[in-house]
Amino acid sequence: MSVSSEQKVDNGAVGHAPHPAPAAQKTSWWKDEAQESTRRNLGLVGVLLALFAIGAFIRPDLYSDADWVVNNIMVILTQAAAIGVITVGMTFVIIGGGIDLSVGALIALSGVWATTLATQSFGPVGMIFTAVAVGIGAGLVNGALVAYGKLVPFIATLAMLVAARGLAAQISGKQTQISTDTFINSLATTRPLGIPMLVIILLVVAGLGWVLLNRTTFGRRTVAIGGNPEAARLAGINVRGHTMLLYALSGLCCGIAAIMLTSLATSSQAAAAELYELDAIAAAIIGGTLLSGGRGTIVGSLFGVIVFSAITNLFAIANLPTEVQNMVKGAIIVVAVLLQQVRFSSITQFARRHGLTRAKPQT
Amino acid sequence: MSEQAERGGDVVLKLSGVVKTFPGVRALDGVELEVRAGEVHCLLGQNGAGKSTLIKVLAGVHRPDSGDVQWLGEQVSFSGPQAAMKAGIATIYQELDLVDELSVAENIYLGHEPRSLGFVHKGQAARQARELLGRLGHGEIPAHRLVRSLPAAGKQIVSMARALSHSAKLIIMDEPSAVLAHDEVGNLFRIIRELTAQGIAVVYISHRLEEIREIGDRVTVLKDGRTSAVNLPARTTPTRDLVSRMTGRSIEYVFPPRPDTAPGEKLLEVRGLGRSGEFTGIDLDVHAGEIVGIAGLVGSGRSEVLETVFGARQAEAGTVVMDGRALPPGNVAAAVRAGLGMAPEERKSQALLLGQPIYRNMTLTNFSSYATAGFTDAGKEQAEASRVADTLELRPRDVRRAVRTLSGGNQQKVVVGRWLLGRTRLLLLDEPTRGVDVGARAELYQVIRDLAANGVGVLLVSSEVPEVLGLSDRVLVMREGRVVRTAPATDLSEEDVLDLVMAGSLTAATTEEVAA
Repeated sequence: MSVSSEQKVDNGAVGHAPHPAPAAQKTSWWKDEAQESTRRNLGLVGVLLALFAIGAFIRPDLYSDADWVVNNIMVILTQAAAIGVITVGMTFVIIGGGIDLSVGALIALSGVWATTLATQSFGPVGMIFTAVAVGIGAGLVNGALVAYGKLVPFIATLAMLVAARGLAAQISGKQTQISTDTFINSLATTRPLGIPMLVIILLVVAGLGWVLLNRTTFGRRTVAIGGNPEAARLAGINVRGHTMLLYALSGLCCGIAAIMLTSLATSSQAAAAELYELDAIAAAIIGGTLLSGGRGTIVGSLFGVIVFSAITNLFAIANLPTEVQNMVKGAIIVVAVLLQQVRFSSITQFARRHGLTRAKPQT
Repeated sequence: MSEQAERGGDVVLKLSGVVKTFPGVRALDGVELEVRAGEVHCLLGQNGAGKSTLIKVLAGVHRPDSGDVQWLGEQVSFSGPQAAMKAGIATIYQELDLVDELSVAENIYLGHEPRSLGFVHKGQAARQARELLGRLGHGEIPAHRLVRSLPAAGKQIVSMARALSHSAKLIIMDEPSAVLAHDEVGNLFRIIRELTAQGIAVVYISHRLEEIREIGDRVTVLKDGRTSAVNLPARTTPTRDLVSRMTGRSIEYVFPPRPDTAPGEKLLEVRGLGRSGEFTGIDLDVHAGEIVGIAGLVGSGRSEVLETVFGARQAEAGTVVMDGRALPPGNVAAAVRAGLGMAPEERKSQALLLGQPIYRNMTLTNFSSYATAGFTDAGKEQAEASRVADTLELRPRDVRRAVRTLSGGNQQKVVVGRWLLGRTRLLLLDEPTRGVDVGARAELYQVIRDLAANGVGVLLVSSEVPEVLGLSDRVLVMREGRVVRTAPATDLSEEDVLDLVMAGSLTAATTEEVAA
């Protein structure tokens, strides 16, 4: 029995010599999971390339111009910048087992608070400080409600969404507040080394987020409390305190995004960043973040945001209505999640069929 | 029972050459099994021998890659758990798969509620549920009660009632006694006997040989995914034979010898600890190098005491003093800082990040101590974890593998290993060998004794009296939330302890009434 089965394994490996069978045999389960996220990200790159190809097919006149293409990529990234920043925060919150529905509202609140005449009188530093402080403060309230008030994250942040929009309308008197600060306004227009400032901000935030998630104790705690909160608690990790910090981090990202949006529009209003929370959640999910917590990547989330932004861009180029665009986005969310499931099971089936499975390590 | 087996009911289930592989594991590698109507067929095997996979094949969760499954004389391939249920095979998993937020009756009839035109007949469901519970001798469980509020034994009864509601002809029980206290096991056996008397076949999985002797008719032994023996008589096969077919070596519970040296300075001092409805007035001391065991039934408050000492539950009365300093109640982080560590009762839900690699699970309590300015050092963590994995003889050794892929015994080693990494001086162990095979048990016992020899104090809770007596230096016997006896382990016999935990116990009394 055992001899024949081992022979079967050998035959499989020999019969498919071009496949890296020995390497697959050596990789551990954990590495498989790491590879899985790499594959997922490559899949999203594939989607981006496909979108590019479709664009080139529809408008060959534009896509044959290299300068236009480079510029258009910058446009896509600039449009992705603010949502990208809040998606980084959102990714942390979701990996930590929560959700933050208030991000759009917090952008509006931070933006409005940072552009009152009183705040603007303190100059750009005062405005940035205000936006970030308001974001962190509201995030801490979210975190306190979830961690200590034992509210379900969905409800706590939904309440914050409603209340923050209300407060923003109250502060602004439902008026659009013009930003007269030249430094803030210039953020959207300056292009150091040809790259828009907002894109640089996004890349810096995402880079810091990646380091924070993958290389620090903060990131390790995040994965632990999202993966198994009880195990984390019994290991001596301060689950409630860390939960607070996660929502504060999300709030911080909202503050940064508020400044970016203010700069883009040279103004702020209570209705700004409407439904951004849904875009951020969708981007994180497309990027492979598990909604139940414990798993997710910054790179995946970033690709998720860029894919959405590229779709918007493509529809604008092709002069198609936004109604269709939203339907396509909805379909993409479903397809992305379906593909992830299909791909994983097809890989395991492939491994089984070709005998790439590891011999039992027991005893 | 044995008469029935000798008379030999019809063969209801027959497996031959069943193979099932997963990425990374050949879980089943040619399994034979023959189950007759009205018999209790025991499955024996170490953790990782393939018992769980075999159960899942029978339950329709997994489809075998090859081999033959004959059910009631016909070759079958179940498309899923529902199909197996419909065919008459019900499974009661070790981790009971009930919906906590539904009532007892709703759980029993989940998926096949008595209904017409899409409306559920709640009254009828409740009536039938009461009938089934009565048939199991537990008519006292209210059908409308939420399952969440039932103790483990009660949940098991509900699972069995669900099996009966499907008019199952074969009931698979995966370590049903693991969640039960001693007197409840007697009740379980009574129910099993009634089921088999009605011609229902039972496949019974347990690590406890004495149970197999008491309830089993025939035994099939699994080893490394293969059947190493089929249809052995459960009562007469010598223990030595059974164990050697499981392991290839003949180990029963081997307890390492106690050292001659006296225990060191006092580490833990608990005085007057209490939580309403759980336990009151608990006094206990643990010294360096000493193993203190707590014996008691499920519900006697033993696990709750352990969790309260650790701060996982907030003490309502009394003090916990470690090294002369009082620990703040309900603060796990402070307890860990003071040098306490705990391996909780439920490994998977309370201790492990199943999708994460071994090393990250081991360093879960102290990854910060390897970090520089908040930056983790994966290399150092893996090196340290590998060192502990070597000491514990963890299999597999590759600490980057996900914990999910490990057997129960090795998962437990990861949980214990976690505290070996830090500067833990008092280890609290709750059911350290639950679901752990004979070989890994002996290894774990040695690990615990070695820890004590190195000056660590150990406070141990176990449902298995021989384990508490064999491993501990001093034993506390708990009954209904109180310590009823404290004595050196050598002064107590198994019978003494059983007497103490059961005497005057309400649960014991009800069982007797039911039995009578």
